[in-house]
Amino acid sequence: MKNGIVYTETVVHAAPEQFVADAPYQLAIVSLEEGGRLTVRIDGERVAINDRVAFIEDRNGIPFFRKA
Amino acid sequence: MRPVAIIGIGKTAFGAFPDRDLRSLAVEAGQKCLADAHVSPSQVEAYYLGNFAGPSFVGQNHLAPYIAGAMGITGVPCTRFEAACASSGSAFYHAVSSVAAGLNDVVLVAGVEKMTSQTTPKVTEILAGAGDTCGEVRAGATFPALFAMIARRHMFQYGTTREQMAAVAVKNHENGAKNPLAHMRKVITMEQALKGKPISEPLTVFDCSLISDGAAAVLIAPLERAAEFTSHPVKVLGVAQTSDYVALDQKDDITTFRAVAAAAQKAYKMAGVTAQDIQFAEVHDCFTIAEIIATEDLGFVKKGEGGPYALAGCTRLTGPLPINTSGGLKSKGHPVGATGVGQICDLVYQIRGEAGERQLERHSLGLAQNLGGSGATAVVTILGIA
Repeated sequence: MKNGIVYTETVVHAAPEQFVADAPYQLAIVSLEEGGRLTVRIDGERVAINDRVAFIEDRNGIPFFRKA
Repeated sequence: MRPVAIIGIGKTAFGAFPDRDLRSLAVEAGQKCLADAHVSPSQVEAYYLGNFAGPSFVGQNHLAPYIAGAMGITGVPCTRFEAACASSGSAFYHAVSSVAAGLNDVVLVAGVEKMTSQTTPKVTEILAGAGDTCGEVRAGATFPALFAMIARRHMFQYGTTREQMAAVAVKNHENGAKNPLAHMRKVITMEQALKGKPISEPLTVFDCSLISDGAAAVLIAPLERAAEFTSHPVKVLGVAQTSDYVALDQKDDITTFRAVAAAAQKAYKMAGVTAQDIQFAEVHDCFTIAEIIATEDLGFVKKGEGGPYALAGCTRLTGPLPINTSGGLKSKGHPVGATGVGQICDLVYQIRGEAGERQLERHSLGLAQNLGGSGATAVVTILGIA
């Protein structure tokens, strides 16, 4: 189970063509407990810098996390 | 290494031009440039073209000889450079290298992009191709999203505010309104800038540069031959290009562009000047936060002080260090492949005293900073009176 801390985040309103149906969605760069950083989608409640987040699952190759 | 001079410049207006194609824009800029230097197409020894995504935006490849041929330039090396939004900055760096090395004398360097024939979601998708498509982009990152995440972190670490970012937009529109070649020639208020439509939080539409069509060109030659062509040559005092990782999540500290800081140090050393000597600058304000960070990375202010510096009006036309007197990418427009060479043209207008209403009193030493992607390519150029 990958867990981590939000390094930075944004809520995307103007999406690229393939994600227009998803907007608005939250994107975050997460500092992983195991080291390194990953750009992920946040599911559910919005998160802020330094919030702890937990990995949910990969959906179509996109890692989804939620507030821990 | 031979000193190099800019002997001619030419720009199209930046804007949305539904009846103009990519080639006609690039040809217009190139022909204006050759006319400015009184040089014929047959005298051009090489054509260096910056273009980010002509194949995606308009379906045309093999762009450099395609455009050069339309200007009557054949039989010489014609090459396209792609480095995201620093494409023509990179073309300029390599063109100067070739003249400095003695490989060529008279070289035409240009940049062009034709973006407005695509919808905004499609443009957003094409631009995202300058990011890591196996990582951040696959997860849904756009360029506004990447810079929004940079802004959030800069706000968190240094207390940078929305008002400080909005001050950059207000100032750049104030300048662009006075630039006859700018895309959006209108002033905006602080209130408008703060209440714009959200694009990627915390950035609003007024934090983002424009989707534009346009082209720019400069002609360079060895300084020792400049007098053959022009009575007002501008000297390339320093130029440097550096790189960093493409993916934002691979960078240790996203509140600074390491490649910009490194390119600046190299360019200052080459020019024999310091950041404090620079009198005015054109910086890469693809987003308002990027201008704030540029003032820090270039050494104009200490880290974290870029926001207060902008809000205090220090970078306005009347301030101690005017930045983006052209209106910047925010108001002048950002046809991405044309931006790097466009910035160099804007420095030359100031140095030659041809900036009209925006003309500065101190205009003999200027710097241009061109950024590709979220900082994977940086080009810094320092120009002065020859």
